[in-house]
Amino acid sequence: MEWANQLCENRQFGSKMTDSKYFTTTKKGEIFELKAELNSDKKEKKKEAVKKVIASMTVGKDVSALFPDVVNCMQTDNLELKKLVYLYLMNYAKSQPDMAIMAVNTFVKDCEDANPLIRALAVRTMGCIRVDKITEYLCEPLRKCLKDEDPYVRKTAAVCVAKLHDINAQLVEDQGFLDTLKDLISDSNPMVVANAVAALSEIAESHPNSNLLDLNPQSINKLLTALNECTEWGQIFILDCLANYTPRDDRESQSICERVTPRLSHANSAVVLSAVKVLMKFMEMLPKDLDYYGTLLKKLAPPLVTLLSAEPELQYVALRNINLIVQKRPEILKHEMKVFFVKYNDPIYVKLEKLDIMIRLASQANIAQVLAELKEYATEVDVDFVRKAVRAIGRCAIKVEQSAERCVSTLLDLIQTKVNYVVQEAIVVIKDIFRKYPNKYESVIATLCENLDSLDEPEARAAMIWIVGEYAERIDNADELLESFLEGFHDESTQVQLQLLTAIVKLFLKKPTETQELVQQVLSLATQDSDNPDLRDRGYIYWRLLSTDPVAAKEVVLAEKPLISEETDLIEPTLLEELICHIGTLASVYHKPPSAFVEGSRGVMHKRLPARTGSGESTESPDVGTAAGGSAPEAAPSIIPSQGDLLGDLLNLDMAPPTTTGPPPPNTGMQMGGMDLLGGGLDSLMGDESEPPHVPPRTDILRSPSPQPLSPVYTHTDYTYTDYSHTDSPPDHSPPDHSPTEHSPPAELGGDIGGSPAMGAGFGAAPAVMPASLNAPVGGGLGDLFDLGGGVGMPMGAYIPPKTVWLPAMKAKGLEISGTFARRAGVIQMELILTNKAMSVMTDFAIQFNRNSFGLAPAGPLQVLTPLGPNQTIEVSLPLSTVGPVMKMDPLNNLQVAVKNNIDVFYFSCQYPISMLFVEDGKMERQVFLATWKDIPNDNESQFQIKDCHLNSDAASSKLQGSNIFTIAKRTVEGQDMLYMSIKLSNGIWVLAELRVQAGNPNYTISLKCRAPEVSQCVFQCYEAVLKN
Amino acid sequence: MIGGLFIYNHKGEVLISRVYRDDIGRNAVDAFRVNVIHARQQVRSPVTNIARTSFFHVKRSNIWLAAVTKQNVNAAMVFEFLYKMCDVMTAYFGKISEENIKNNFVLIYELLDEILDFGYPQNSETGALKTFITQTGIKSQSKEEQSQITSQVTGQIGWRREGIKYRRNELFLDVLESVNLLMSPQGQVLSAHVSGRVVMKSYLSGMPECKFGMNDKIVIDKQGKGGATEEAAGKSDLGGSGGGGGKQSIAIDDCTFHQCVRLSKFDAERSISFIPPDGECELMRYRTTKDIILPFRVIPLVREVGRTKLEVKVVIKSNFKPSLLAQKIEVRIPTPLNTSGVQVICMKGKAKYKASENAIVWKIKRMAGMKESQISAEIELLPTNDKKKWARPPISMNFEVPFAPSGLKVRYLKVFEPKLNYSDHDVIKWVRYIGRSGIYETRC
Repeated sequence: MEWANQLCENRQFGSKMTDSKYFTTTKKGEIFELKAELNSDKKEKKKEAVKKVIASMTVGKDVSALFPDVVNCMQTDNLELKKLVYLYLMNYAKSQPDMAIMAVNTFVKDCEDANPLIRALAVRTMGCIRVDKITEYLCEPLRKCLKDEDPYVRKTAAVCVAKLHDINAQLVEDQGFLDTLKDLISDSNPMVVANAVAALSEIAESHPNSNLLDLNPQSINKLLTALNECTEWGQIFILDCLANYTPRDDRESQSICERVTPRLSHANSAVVLSAVKVLMKFMEMLPKDLDYYGTLLKKLAPPLVTLLSAEPELQYVALRNINLIVQKRPEILKHEMKVFFVKYNDPIYVKLEKLDIMIRLASQANIAQVLAELKEYATEVDVDFVRKAVRAIGRCAIKVEQSAERCVSTLLDLIQTKVNYVVQEAIVVIKDIFRKYPNKYESVIATLCENLDSLDEPEARAAMIWIVGEYAERIDNADELLESFLEGFHDESTQVQLQLLTAIVKLFLKKPTETQELVQQVLSLATQDSDNPDLRDRGYIYWRLLSTDPVAAKEVVLAEKPLISEETDLIEPTLLEELICHIGTLASVYHKPPSAFVEGSRGVMHKRLPARTGSGESTESPDVGTAAGGSAPEAAPSIIPSQGDLLGDLLNLDMAPPTTTGPPPPNTGMQMGGMDLLGGGLDSLMGDESEPPHVPPRTDILRSPSPQPLSPVYTHTDYTYTDYSHTDSPPDHSPPDHSPTEHSPPAELGGDIGGSPAMGAGFGAAPAVMPASLNAPVGGGLGDLFDLGGGVGMPMGAYIPPKTVWLPAMKAKGLEISGTFARRAGVIQMELILTNKAMSVMTDFAIQFNRNSFGLAPAGPLQVLTPLGPNQTIEVSLPLSTVGPVMKMDPLNNLQVAVKNNIDVFYFSCQYPISMLFVEDGKMERQVFLATWKDIPNDNESQFQIKDCHLNSDAASSKLQGSNIFTIAKRTVEGQDMLYMSIKLSNGIWVLAELRVQAGNPNYTISLKCRAPEVSQCVFQCYEAVLKN
Repeated sequence: MIGGLFIYNHKGEVLISRVYRDDIGRNAVDAFRVNVIHARQQVRSPVTNIARTSFFHVKRSNIWLAAVTKQNVNAAMVFEFLYKMCDVMTAYFGKISEENIKNNFVLIYELLDEILDFGYPQNSETGALKTFITQTGIKSQSKEEQSQITSQVTGQIGWRREGIKYRRNELFLDVLESVNLLMSPQGQVLSAHVSGRVVMKSYLSGMPECKFGMNDKIVIDKQGKGGATEEAAGKSDLGGSGGGGGKQSIAIDDCTFHQCVRLSKFDAERSISFIPPDGECELMRYRTTKDIILPFRVIPLVREVGRTKLEVKVVIKSNFKPSLLAQKIEVRIPTPLNTSGVQVICMKGKAKYKASENAIVWKIKRMAGMKESQISAEIELLPTNDKKKWARPPISMNFEVPFAPSGLKVRYLKVFEPKLNYSDHDVIKWVRYIGRSGIYETRC
């Protein structure tokens, strides 16, 4: 109320009595005074008092104490007073439900008033009072008002249905209001139609599957007729509703388009944008060779350009939408580059958006103009804008090859300005240009090096270091340059540190003789003195790589990099399609699907562009084929997400913070450089038996003389490695009890290691890979680094199958799920790795199982607490119970899973090893075993062979015990060990087994007896899996 | 839909707060104040998302209008509504200022109740609203009046009421154009366009059916092919006083119309027919980019003499019929921030260095066509150690000329009122052309 006081002064200027005086009461006892005034006999005084109350309410004062007094003023002929009282009621009824009921009678009476304005006012207000008791009384008046003779009342009542639905959806359905509302679509008054459409659309949104709107050619026709007649707002409601319709064929689609195009000339920008939405959507269905299709494309451009002369806020909305439209159909605006030129006085948000669109429209034809503009912008004042302009020059170079040279020289000019942030931004983009046109512009490196000292931003420093490392052989003093960075190694950001490490290794591989000392220095800095696990791990990997096989190291580190693609930061096609369906709305402004910012059920439904219909099918011309997107999921992999991070990822420049760098997708052929070292490269080192020569046994190296330049490095490695596994290691990285003497089960190791965020799947899969490679030469190699050696092959510990990809990203809009099952301390765990390979953030994860053979069900929610950003990976352990609903599956251990996130629901099925269900108390008494064995009919016995198992019977027995397969007795007959074992499943089924092991014979025979013989096959599979791993 | 609407003063105090949806709480009022009005940095977007709540704002003088929602609303509609809201308020009580809002808060609440129902915009035409929302209390209305009001508010012709009578039927057409230019220092046109408006003020009785014609290239070409048509008769009706010369027809890139214009008819036949609202309305807006007459040409010459002196010479040339006069000419030459003193010499008009605006402002009251004038200035600079170069903002220009730079001409405006006995000839019609500078900049 500060300003209320100030108002006293203002008042002396105006001699007339004004309403602002109501804001001036600040004295004590005010409520009491108001109460007296409200109960005054004089009408004028009453009205004054109510005005004061409303003024207090506006500024956030609690005047709810006056409720009964205000409501008493309600019965009046004075419409102005009535409206004020209603306003008060809407605000406070919820806090005083009992007293609000006092108002009901007046409402009901007003709904019968002769004046349509009063009837409408009553029904409008009643709908805003969210009190159950009042809602009950609302039904009858509302029913009457929906059929009122006056259109003004009907249009108000139509909206009231939506209000009531928001309060009590069931009531609306029970009372049959939805049908009445549907009837109003055929009303003679266009505004009634428009409001009914708005109300129905809103209600339909919360019932995604109901056929509420029931759009069919007849109702569409009605809507199109009303479209020509109703207010500008009504036109928006109708167009937005039309956009949800899918025409039956291209002919219907065309006829709707024809009737919608006149709206493009409407003065209201929202009408225009909604019309554009309908057209963009329905165009999908038109055959491209149709004349009309071309006409329509031409008609779209002028109104879009006109939107740019609207007020700046609307320009912003328009530009965000044009950004989408240009990505979807670049042909529409390709000749309109000039209108996106930035004006000096544009607000910054308009400038930045225009810049974005300029780059998208840049082509060989207009590049000269664009560059001239960008150069101009690079000298402006706003730092963000200038940076973006500089970056845009780089993107032009990458996009339009013919212009690359000009762009590079423009960038060099800008570097000469010595404006710090311009120089840094320029260096970052020049690095990208090198990636696109290798061996072409390296002559500029000298200029870049001159500016080395002025770089203070991590991204720019990292880019510069990458350049020096990549072109080390051409830079005479590369070692000096890198060494200069090394001095303050620990003060650098992680991205710079990682880059420096890689660059120096590159340098070493290129000029091994002069740089030994440098490489040792950086390796020890990274491995010994750093707390950062990513840095340390990368250090170790390089070290190990260099020490074991420099040739392989060269192949890995200096591998040829694929060229970066032209178009960066495009929106992923599926998201783009969805956003096109949301043109004009907030989703199109945020470039996010509605589910990303809308709570609750609303807007979760995903909109899709319609598919082309068969009737007019034509072969798509190749140029638009990729842009059409509608049916081009194959285009997806070539799309690169947001500029900075992604380029970084591709280049493995670590431009993004390490936590966001996900594991490389398998077989994409994009993994290389640093990432490769962490992921694929490691796999091949550790697990790939087909290529053992790559990795000579470590012991061999020990004995054989090592290659001269490497030997010091090697010994150093060895030292560090032992040091690492014996002394304190960082807690977040290896299991707490990691010393070799204490045997922790390998499963736990795997889990813990995988838990380190940056290691992701690369190491998550390690336990599975390790056993295979155990016999392979690397034995003590990298495995030891992570202390896995100690754990593998331990007698204790349940078998955990390797993680497999259950749900590929292709099928789940970018969500990749791999996982496995484990049994830990009697609890079944589903261990999942969720990787976000899409470009939007994923949130709201949930999981559900279908009914399955053993009643497996999640025992808790899926714990993904933080949103999963693009390229992020998260490991989740989901405890399972066995008390869920049961249904026999085929195969028996099949599990159907549904995973939901903010984007969609995805389904996949996986098979769990039945050993997960083996309970800890499955050891039978000998006697019971004998009796049971005899008791189970011989028909239920099945026999299997396990081949190529080299364990002796004791080893096998202890191994099996780890998975809760208990040996009860052992007998040796004629050199053949017979092991008798028992297993109890979580649902109480007992399985008895006889395992025959013949010394020297790698083939075991196993007989299984069970009352439920169906499980035998699964149990046998477990035996095989456990014994062989 | 819109969940709530708040109006704040420049300090962030709420003047009006109207909540339409249950999902918007009082805390939203504060969230906007804290995150946008009191934000430390300049706001970078007119749409702000704070804790899953979206805020749309526009500013009028120092008043903030904010619409709030938690849903995926039609963003363009929200802004259009906010602008409309401003128009309606202006039509009711004039300038949007803190004082006016406080003085009319009851009225504003009443308006907000009427034009936004459950967050859905309803009829917001001031013409219609003024019939039943008045500042002077409610008139007692007869039953006929009431139903007339409601049918107007909801009707097909929501912008005009029946039974209007004038003794003299008169109409005024203003063709108002703003010409925008961005020119390189070398005189190359980087971009130029005209955005024009046809504003109609009509004082006509009854429900007049109007038809408007202009020298639209598409229409003229069509007629040329199809031979003489009825429209040819209206040729002599209203003549334009074009400035740049005898252009027959102009290519209109795009146009938008007031909601009274039948768009489907325009789309099919390109004819502009409508029943106008009483009083003033903006009949159409249009945009042209081809063959624009640029009324002025600015030739800049900036020379840096050492580190502490700038020499600036600017020549302006007028480029239209010598018989016409341009008015209110103003040339704004930006100066660096470290300017310490300026000496100006100009042949015509007055020039002043305005330190607070960092510019030399050169004003000329009148200038005829095909003339030129010149200003030269010496700018002395304080030596700075600021490495950053001066950004050299463009030289901008303001003016007003009595013709339409796009070349648009009104060919006719015919009025038919079938029920009342006045004909097209009885209507007195006035046409006026005004060309103004929009953003008219030349880089230097």
